[in-house]
Amino acid sequence: MTATLALRALARNKMRSSLTTLGVVIGVAAVVMMQALGAGATARVTGEIAGLGSNMLIVLPGGAGHGAFGSNTRGAPLFTLADVDAITREVGAVRHVAGVSSRSIRAVVAENNRSTTLSGVTTGFFAVRGWSVERGRLLTEDDDRQSQKNCVIGHTVADDLFGGQDPIGAELRLHDLGCRVVGLLETKGVSTFGQDQDDFVAMPHTTYARRIGGDDHVGTLMVSAVSEERTDEAKAAIESLMRQRRRIRADEDDDFTVRDLREIQNILSSVTGVLTTLLASVAAISLVVGGIGIMNIMLVSVTERTREIGVRLAIGARSSDILSQFLVEAIVLSAAGGLVGAALGAVGALVLSRVLATPFVFPLEAAALALTVSVAVGVVFGVFPARKAARLRPIEALRYE
Amino acid sequence: MPTRGSIPLLSLRGVSKHFGDGDAAFVALDHVDLDIDSGEFVGILGASGSGKSTCMNILGCLDMPTEGAYCVEGTPVQQLHPDVLARLRNERFGFVFQGFNLLRRTSALENVELPLVYAGVGRRERERRSREALALVGLAGREAALSNELSGGQQQRVAIARALVNQPQVVLADEPTGNLDSRTGRDIMELLMRLRRELDLTIVMVTHDRDIAGYAERHVVFSDGKIVDDRLLRGVAA
Ligand SMILES: Nc1ncnc2c1ncn2[C@@H]1O[C@H](COP(=O)(O)OP(=O)(O)O)[C@@H](O)[C@H]1O
Ligand SMILES: [Mg+2]
Repeated sequence: MTATLALRALARNKMRSSLTTLGVVIGVAAVVMMQALGAGATARVTGEIAGLGSNMLIVLPGGAGHGAFGSNTRGAPLFTLADVDAITREVGAVRHVAGVSSRSIRAVVAENNRSTTLSGVTTGFFAVRGWSVERGRLLTEDDDRQSQKNCVIGHTVADDLFGGQDPIGAELRLHDLGCRVVGLLETKGVSTFGQDQDDFVAMPHTTYARRIGGDDHVGTLMVSAVSEERTDEAKAAIESLMRQRRRIRADEDDDFTVRDLREIQNILSSVTGVLTTLLASVAAISLVVGGIGIMNIMLVSVTERTREIGVRLAIGARSSDILSQFLVEAIVLSAAGGLVGAALGAVGALVLSRVLATPFVFPLEAAALALTVSVAVGVVFGVFPARKAARLRPIEALRYE
Repeated sequence: MPTRGSIPLLSLRGVSKHFGDGDAAFVALDHVDLDIDSGEFVGILGASGSGKSTCMNILGCLDMPTEGAYCVEGTPVQQLHPDVLARLRNERFGFVFQGFNLLRRTSALENVELPLVYAGVGRRERERRSREALALVGLAGREAALSNELSGGQQQRVAIARALVNQPQVVLADEPTGNLDSRTGRDIMELLMRLRRELDLTIVMVTHDRDIAGYAERHVVFSDGKIVDDRLLRGVAA
């Protein structure tokens, strides 16, 4: 019954009612959008890491650093191809092992040139990463054994240096080394870390060692466990094997680090979580501001409608009727703002997720939460004006000019 | 004069009303005694500022006396809970104001329904009774008209329908024709007279218009917060 009265009162002032809710609309839209984008980013990271293989391990030289990805490489010996063989041979829980050494280099084709990442890889590399070619072939054991000057390239490199032309069989100059392109890798897209994975050239590790790196050292080892469940087992086995091979005494720390991609995933999602919380609290503040806006307009409305309140009291309204009418008005305003805001936020998140190429996760929880919160905002910020209205005495309200 | 012996419908005994406190207090009503019986049509007259409206507000339970007692059918109202007073206003009294006091941009029907909303009457019953009340004041067919689309006379008719919709015993009208031209004012008075006969109403009306006052059967004249004259003009069958 009071709901009807409240709705009628709001309908009488549509323009003001909608402007009043603007603060809540923006607040809720912000909350919902942030949550949706955060969830989308997390889904993308999770998906990508799953794509990389949740059974993948990376072995880096240097002990465990303090940063998420960094490790302390100072003075630590590098790896060798013998390490790759040893892990392949001795760790049962491991499926593929690859040695990778990388540097940035200028790649030249005729008058086109581009700075890109060149990696010398052992043949296991493509299996570890699960990469395949779109055209041509991958690098083989023979390429490696004979230190062939062959390479496979990513799409960005191909598009930039060869334009629309077929790169297979063409020559690519890396410094003063001429290489034949034997394969074009499938498109991988931008990684979680914002790196273009198609901006990439790979050659046999032996060729890299001889012509580019100048020695046999291997920068990092990439390993895939036979299954996700056996990743921990593989990690422990690699650690003990490497300690043994590097003659680390029991009382000494590792001078290498085995990274598990799941750790990275956890770190990333905690980072996303922190960001989301931060953005959500900014959004929550804007909700409070929206609530204050509602309170402000409700106070103005109570003053403006003092005579109306007087008439209502004269014809039989109890002060509780007046209280609930103004409270319901505030709640309806706030909840309507919440609904519109949630819809806008969802649409905004959808559009932004297209632009940022992240998956769209419908922010159901955030929307429900935001709606609840906006109803609460209506109650909290509506109580004061409503009480002010309900406390008016009939004759004073009627005489108000 | 009210009949002695039986309990009057409305009764003021030694009622004073002060505004402000202490020495600065303004005495708007000064020890007023007034009994009004069921079925009477009382005109309250007096100069501006003489306390007429103040007296009406106390009669309608919109305001409380500073001193003295006000009883409705023998029940003193001063001790009643505000919610009980609200019900009293809702069920016993119908108010008609000089300035109509309809809700802005609201249809005639919704305006008339309002007392029934507070009485807790269901939607369909509410609408039926409101249409009936509008028909009674000659506004059948104008239910959907918004308050601002109606003339002054029509707005006052809506206000009268609103005052009557919950079937009160007493209509309290404070200068009901004050904002209307004299012809429209007479039309409104004719309407009130007809409704009084049909519905057996008690009417208390403030006016300072001699012509309008002519409709009443009893004149109570105020001056400086005191009743200076109280006379029956025509015989009432009592
Ligand atoms: N709420 C109030 N506060 C102060 N003075 C008031 C108040 N209400 C009425 N008065 C004063 O009381 C006197 C009587 O007022 P009122 O009953 O309205 O006169 P009227 O006979 O014109 O209707 C006037 O002088 C008025 O100024
Ligand atoms: Mg007056």
